[in-house]
Amino acid sequence: MSALLTVEGLRKLYGDKVVLDDVSLSVAPHDVICLIGSSGSGKSTLLRCLNLLEDIDDGVITFEGREISDPRVDARAVRSRLGMVFQAYNLFPHLTVLENCTLAPRKVHGVRRAEAEARALEMLERFGLADQATKHPDRLSGGQQQRAALVRALCTHPTLLLLDEITAALDPELVGEVLEIVRAEAAAGMTMVIATHEMAFARDVATSVCFLHEGRILEQGPPTQIFTDPREERTRQFLARVL
Amino acid sequence: MSEWSPSQHELDRQRVRSRLQLRSALIATAMTVLAFVALGVLVTGSPGWPNVKAYFFSWPDARESFPAIRDAIWLNIKMFLIAEVFILIFAMLIAMARVSRSPWLMPLRVVAVVYTDVVRGIPTILLVYLFAFGMPALELQGMPDSPFFWATAALIVSYSAYVAEVFRSGIESVHPSQWASAQALGLTRGQTLRHVIVPQAVRRVVPPLLNDFVSLQKDTALASAAGVFEAVATARDYTLYNFNFTPYLVVAGFFIVMTVPLARLCDWLTARMRRRELAGAL
Repeated sequence: MSALLTVEGLRKLYGDKVVLDDVSLSVAPHDVICLIGSSGSGKSTLLRCLNLLEDIDDGVITFEGREISDPRVDARAVRSRLGMVFQAYNLFPHLTVLENCTLAPRKVHGVRRAEAEARALEMLERFGLADQATKHPDRLSGGQQQRAALVRALCTHPTLLLLDEITAALDPELVGEVLEIVRAEAAAGMTMVIATHEMAFARDVATSVCFLHEGRILEQGPPTQIFTDPREERTRQFLARVL
Repeated sequence: MSEWSPSQHELDRQRVRSRLQLRSALIATAMTVLAFVALGVLVTGSPGWPNVKAYFFSWPDARESFPAIRDAIWLNIKMFLIAEVFILIFAMLIAMARVSRSPWLMPLRVVAVVYTDVVRGIPTILLVYLFAFGMPALELQGMPDSPFFWATAALIVSYSAYVAEVFRSGIESVHPSQWASAQALGLTRGQTLRHVIVPQAVRRVVPPLLNDFVSLQKDTALASAAGVFEAVATARDYTLYNFNFTPYLVVAGFFIVMTVPLARLCDWLTARMRRRELAGAL
């Protein structure tokens, strides 16, 4: 199967600091790639590079067969096909949950208001947020906010979903409700790249796990192999600390 | 890691990036030049331009009125600098009174609300008249009766009300979680305001604050209505004797020269704060 997204020899610096070094990755449709590794290993930066939020310093990123790391590419056109959810939710506090979810469909994708609202409500309903639709984000619990942020990302029907440690700011008992949505999306065939600290979840849902260390993908493989029989000593040490 | 050298692809990309940057710069320059040339043609092509040129753009009159205006503008600057300090202090006190919650301070809150409502409703020039002519007429013991003093006082009274509202909007824009986390550390409401809320609020309101201060610089000209012989009064004096309005443009030039450095200073301060606090965060 041809890859939906490929990364080759990606390099990213912040000042003199090398944050990503020769990172290569291939994502096929319906893949769920989990990025694991300690804080500062480059997981978030990698996701931000994929979404063109960062200018890269070397390498090539292609999406649907086209190079998107070319500066001449319209970044908005690419982003409108990708969904991204952040660790800190980043919901717009001045809009209701429903308005948060219909903003991009209406303004970017040109969907009519009534239709956008109907679709968003259906999605909110599915994820148990129907009665929160008219509230503003700050009135919701953390878990509800992050679920709303997921719905907001899904409302644009992205081809690829990027999740940046979406449960890291949540109470343990709220993590489940958020991951449930991700699990359902994975089962429905959504292609995802997920930076996560939830090892059990990664083992469950990933088709492939990448272990990042100091800006490099040190090891990549199916979850059964990474979690039970890692090749690298570093991976073993990391897993021993978090499992 | 040190032996990394950019790939051919990256070199190509850097070339494309710099070409795109060059293109943006060219577009910006061309558009700017075009816009200003068009504006110039429009103005100088108007039927009354020769007259306007003679009455407003007369070089000899500009040169002749320049020294007097330059000397008089110091009075505006002095008035501005004195007023600014008092405005910042009074406005902050009023704003803090308005956000206070203690029942003991209720009268203070009432005064603060009434003060801003009343003073903001009165045109500044009326305040200047009332203060400069009314106050000396009271013949208060030990109070100066110079127009300069009372015109400055009027500006302080007027602008404190505006700036207080700017401060208050800044204070109220700080997220309630900041109050909660400061009080959770055991800080009193006053300490929370002083050490946590106000510092964040002031940063946010620097641009509107600058707006008010630029406005204040210009409103020092209102003192001319009270008989203070500052720059605008000096220019008016010249125009009345010589029937040429060029000195007004000279004064305008002085005011612009005064405000631009202030604007750049504020931009620089804001940019520095952003760099410090948001470095790497987004």
